[in-house]
Formats: sequence, structure tokens, C-alpha cells
Amino acid sequence: MFILNHLWIIIALPLLGAAINGLLGKNFSKPIVNSVGIGSVALSFLAVAEAVREFAQLSADQIPWIKTYFTWITAGQFKVDFSLQVDQLTVVMLFVVTFVSLLVHIYSTGYMAHEEGYYRFFSYLNLFVFFMLTLVLAANVVLMFVGWEGVGLCSYLLVGFWFLKPSAISAGKKAFITTRIGDFGFTVGILLLFWTFKSVDFVTIFKQLVSGSQDAAVPTGVLTTICLLLFTGAVGKSAQLPLYVWLPDAMEGPTPVSALIHAATMVTAGVYMVARMNPLFSRAPVAMFVVALIGALTAFFAATIGLVQTDIKKVLAYSTVSQLGYMFLGLGVGAYASGVFHLMTHAFFKGLLFLSAGSVIHAMSGDQEMPHMGGLRNKIPITFWCMFIATFAIAGIPGFAGFFSKDEILEAALSGPLANPFLWILGLLGAGFTSFYMFRLIFLTFFGEPRYDEHKVHVHESPYNMTVPLILLAILSTVGGWVAAPHLIGGPDYFEKFLHPVFATYAPAAAEAAPEALESTGMMLFHALTGWPVLIALAGLLVAWWFYIKSPETPKKLANSLRAPYTLLLHKYYVDELYNAAIIQPLLWISTNVFWHVVDEGVIDGTVNGVARVARESGSELREIQSGNARSYATWVVIGAVGVTVLMIGLWGMVR
Amino acid sequence: MSIVPISYYLVLSAILFGLGIVAFVVKRNIITIFMAIELMLNAVNLAFVAFARAHNQLDGLVFVFFVIVVAAAESAVGLAIIITVYQNRQTLNLERINLLKF
Repeated sequence: MFILNHLWIIIALPLLGAAINGLLGKNFSKPIVNSVGIGSVALSFLAVAEAVREFAQLSADQIPWIKTYFTWITAGQFKVDFSLQVDQLTVVMLFVVTFVSLLVHIYSTGYMAHEEGYYRFFSYLNLFVFFMLTLVLAANVVLMFVGWEGVGLCSYLLVGFWFLKPSAISAGKKAFITTRIGDFGFTVGILLLFWTFKSVDFVTIFKQLVSGSQDAAVPTGVLTTICLLLFTGAVGKSAQLPLYVWLPDAMEGPTPVSALIHAATMVTAGVYMVARMNPLFSRAPVAMFVVALIGALTAFFAATIGLVQTDIKKVLAYSTVSQLGYMFLGLGVGAYASGVFHLMTHAFFKGLLFLSAGSVIHAMSGDQEMPHMGGLRNKIPITFWCMFIATFAIAGIPGFAGFFSKDEILEAALSGPLANPFLWILGLLGAGFTSFYMFRLIFLTFFGEPRYDEHKVHVHESPYNMTVPLILLAILSTVGGWVAAPHLIGGPDYFEKFLHPVFATYAPAAAEAAPEALESTGMMLFHALTGWPVLIALAGLLVAWWFYIKSPETPKKLANSLRAPYTLLLHKYYVDELYNAAIIQPLLWISTNVFWHVVDEGVIDGTVNGVARVARESGSELREIQSGNARSYATWVVIGAVGVTVLMIGLWGMVR
Repeated sequence: MSIVPISYYLVLSAILFGLGIVAFVVKRNIITIFMAIELMLNAVNLAFVAFARAHNQLDGLVFVFFVIVVAAAESAVGLAIIITVYQNRQTLNLERINLLKF
């Protein structure tokens, strides 16, 4: 029980690493920076492993395991403890976060080997892990918000890591400001949450929901408002419509950062938060529908944008936005476990995709444009195979991790308690597009003839510290979904079963789900493997193969015959331009013409300068009195004395 | 013998005080100004004594002693300052002692 009693160790280790590297790292040699950076996360990972072992020994009534270390804020009724919480959901997140972080740290020692500010990079990464673990372990919504903002800060620092590059700086700012819009909603949601429940602790709030008598029950309208506000935060952080625009730009950061923060962990914080708040969302059907709708729309539209991108990281970025949409779709249709399951498998295969893309970029000496690649299959075989496996996983080819999770989500969207055929169709089409653009990426990058100058670009496989994390993630991208495999033949879904207490304990009392129609084991397996998601994924694969291997002229012809939609997609639906015209330009205009020239220059500067001018001019008048002539001083004394006398006589007269 | 009315003393005191003020403001020699100050002090003393007599009270007389003591101290310090000023500036003309300004 040591780690469970001292949960703070898990989050303190990365913070310590960040402090050591950040404050002293400038004079450290690389091996020391490496051992501090990787060591702290590795120890944290081991601590999590030990915590999981101890967690397995807890009895059901000890979960959630909550440890309060000290009181952070008290103001009247408002009381926030520094308290950490472990339940099944936390365990999954802890494992994903520390494991992927560890691999990304190791990978970074190769990828960032020749960069300036090596120690700074590792310090930021460690700091990120610290905040992410705080977010995951927090037992109340305020502490969660601390982690939430902290990861946003680290995202900003790491996207803008190459701070001499203007595009990186503006991408960092864009990421920070766009997510801040969502965070505003989140903050208001927290306040409303406290106002309604007089507490910010998850368990206290959830218990009130369950045990509240009929007249003390919270109105559904309030719950819906809270949920929608919280979801606004999730929309910003997890890059959903309409706030997804920052994530593709965030690809300006180093590739390990994209893998860790913008694919595997931070962007899934919104999903985690909604899953954590499931008792609230389950009681707010409207909010649930909004979550599902936003998720499905994002899954679909981001996938369509991904179809035509040529930058390898941009494709993956839109793919991330799209996959996050699937997670929200899963949450929104009530399949919380499936959403979290997809979160986990996505962390593996999307982390792998990004790290592989980094390896490709490394091999191409920094070129990210897929039209410049081609035929890399034999040059960098390890990267190729790992990326190939990840592509199978994300496309939902049976047997790989993504298949199980995505299939569960789509199944829930079609036949779950909150099923909605329209959302299912959006998700299904998105899945087809996903398969297409991912295989397009593979075919353009690794197959066909080389389109780069072989004399100029020296293609080489990455060093071991980059390929080993790839291989580990490739293994997990394959087997990571197998915990749910027995479900296909009528057995239990072990992942769902593991998470069941988190989502069932405080669930609203509902009618028992209708018993599923019984099928023979063979038929269920047959249906699962030939269901719509699988068929459409294979269709995507075939189309991509047709377009980019069989007859490479087809895409161009198609693009020419469908010029308008193609241009629309290529320019990402002009969303950035729309936001620029509708929000940024008016804001700039008002800022310049009203707030700058009128308010700042006129009112504020005018007040300050006016006060100064009054003081200066009255001073220059009054200094004439001090002439240096003692006789004039004498005159003033006399005038003063006479004045006082007159005043006193006058007052005396009045008193009498 | 009839008693001189108090108003006579007060008028005399006011005249002396007025003369003192005029000399204080108009004169240029520091010593003359100093004498003007003494004149004003003694004008006030006269008023005090007159009131004390008129009201048959000792308060005014006590005050007069205080004023005389302070005036003596003041003349000692003042004359010392005047001597120092003269040693430094070789003049007692107030118009020329005008360095103390902005």
C-alpha cells in the first residue's frame, strides 16, 4: 500500500525531473539530461505499475481510493483539498500516460539529438507529464483544472519550442488562445457545479446525484447547462468542432511533442473529463446528444479534410481530430467504456503513427511533404512495418487494436441505449475516409518510385533509441485491443468489465437493457468481421490502392473533374479564413480603432498626461512665489497672519 | 484721578504693531527689520498688560514674562545669524541676500 498511500510520488517525480533539468540543465551533458528526463518518467511509470498492483488488491468498497494530503483553499463553504483519487478509469489513464510518455522520452533522445535547448525540451516534457498526471489523479474538479491548464501551458511551450520560427510561435499562441476559449466555458461550468452542489469533489457531487431525494434533486436544466459548459472545455482541449483549428497548426512543434501531447495524452483530456463526469452527463440527455453530435460531425469533417492533405503530419493531425470525434461519439451515445477504450488504443496507434512519421521526416532530413517521398519501404523497413501496423490499427482492420474500439463505438451508435442512425452513418463514412487517407499516406510514402533526389537526400533508418519505442508501440497497437476480443464471440469485454464500476456506480436508475438477441458464437464472429465498419475500411484500402498504386493518374483526374469540392477540402473548408474574417479581423479592428486609439491613447493616456500637465503648469506658476527675496517672504507671512486673524474673528463672530 | 480706558492702550498697541509691520515689510536693512520684530513683540506685550490690568488677572502678566524671555533668546540667535550673514556676504541689504530660491 506504499504507493497508494503516497500517490504524490507519482506526480512529484516528473516535477522533480523538470525542475532539475530546467534549472540546472544548461550545464549538464546530454547523458545527464537524458538520465534525469527519462529516469524521472521511468520511475513514475514503475510507481504507477506498483500502484496498479496494490490497486488490484483493494476491495470494491475501497474504490475510488482517495488520499487527501492538505487543504489547498478554504473560503466560506468553498473548500478545495489537494487530494488524489484512484479508480479504474484513473488506472487506465495513468498507465497510458506514463507508458507513452516514457517511450516518447526515449524516442526524443534520438529525434532531438542535434537540437539547441535539449535540456529545455526534456524539462518541458517532464513538466507536461507532471501536469497530465495531476489532471488524471485529481479527486476534485479544481485540482483537475490545474492540471488541465498546466498541460495547456506545456503544449504552448512545446509547440513554440523552436521560438526563432515565426510560424511555430504563432501556432503556439493559436493553440493556447483557442483552448482558452473552451476553458472559459469550463471555468464557468466549475463555478456552476460548486454553486449547485456546494462541493467540488467528484465523489461528493456524484453521491448527491444518487441519494438526492425527489424535491432536492437538481433540475435537469441546470445539469444540462453544467454539462454543456464542461463540454465546451473539452471541445477546446480535445480539438472538436468548432475549436479544432489549433491542432493542425500545432504540428509546428517537434514530432515527439505531436505524438505525446497532440495525439496520445493531452488532447484526450477532454474525453477523460467527460468520462469522469459521466454521472452528470448521463442525467442530461440533451448534453449527451450534443456530445455525440459534435463528436460524429468532427469525426466526419476532419476525415474529409485529411483526404487531400499532402503534409504527412497534417494528415495525422486531422486524423487525430477525427479519432477524438469518435471518442466523443462513443461517450455521447452512452458507451463510456468504448470511448475510453478508443482513447487507449488511439494513444498507442496514433502515438506510433506520429513517431513513425517523425522517423520518416528524420530519414528525409526534415521534409514533410508526401509528394516528395515514395519508395521508402526498403530504405527504412522498421519504420515502414511499424507504421503499416499502426495504419491497420487506425483503419479498423480486424485483429488490430483500433478495430475493437472503433467497432464498439459504432455498434453503440447503431444499437446502444442512445443510438442514433444519423450519427452512425457519419461515423461509418468517417471510418471509410480514415482508412482511405491512412493507406494513401502509406502508399505515397513507402510505395511507388522515389520522388526525391537520391543524391541529395540520404535516406537512413533511425537509431535504436527511436526504433525501439516504435516496435513497442507497434506490439501494443496490435494486442492492445485484444482485451475486448472475447466480446466478439459472445464472451465478456474485459475492458468494459474493468471500467464498469466507474460508469455504473452513480448511473441513473434506468430500465434494464433488453437482453441481446442470442446468436450462435460462429454467427457473432462472422457478423463482427463482416460488419459495415470492416467492409468500409477495406473499401477505403482498396480505393487508396487503386488511386495510388494501380493507376496514379486517377487522383489528378478526379481532382480536375471535381475541382470545387477538391479546392474546398484542400483549403480545409476555409475555416481558418472564415474565423479570420468573422472573429479575428473585427477584433483587430475594434482593438486598434477603439481600444488602442480611443480608449488607450485618448482616455488612459489622456488622464495620466492631463494629471501630469496640471501638476507641471501649476508648479511653474507657483514657483514664482519663491523668489529668494526675503522681503517678499515677509510680505507673505504678514498676509498669512492677517488672513488667519480675519478668519478667526469671522469664526468668533459666527460662534457668538 | 480717573482711570485711563483700556481702549487707549489697545489703540496705542495697534499703532505700534502697525508701525512694526510696515517697517518689517518695507525696510531693507536686516537690523532694522529685527528691530521691527521687537517692536511688534512689545506692542503685543502692551496689549497683554492692559488686558491683565483691566480684568484683574495675572495670566496676561505671566505671558508677558514668557514673551520677554523668548524675545531675549530670539535676539541672541538673530544677532548671531546677522553677524554670520555679514561675514559671508559683506552686506546687510535683504535685496542682495537672495540665493534661497528655486
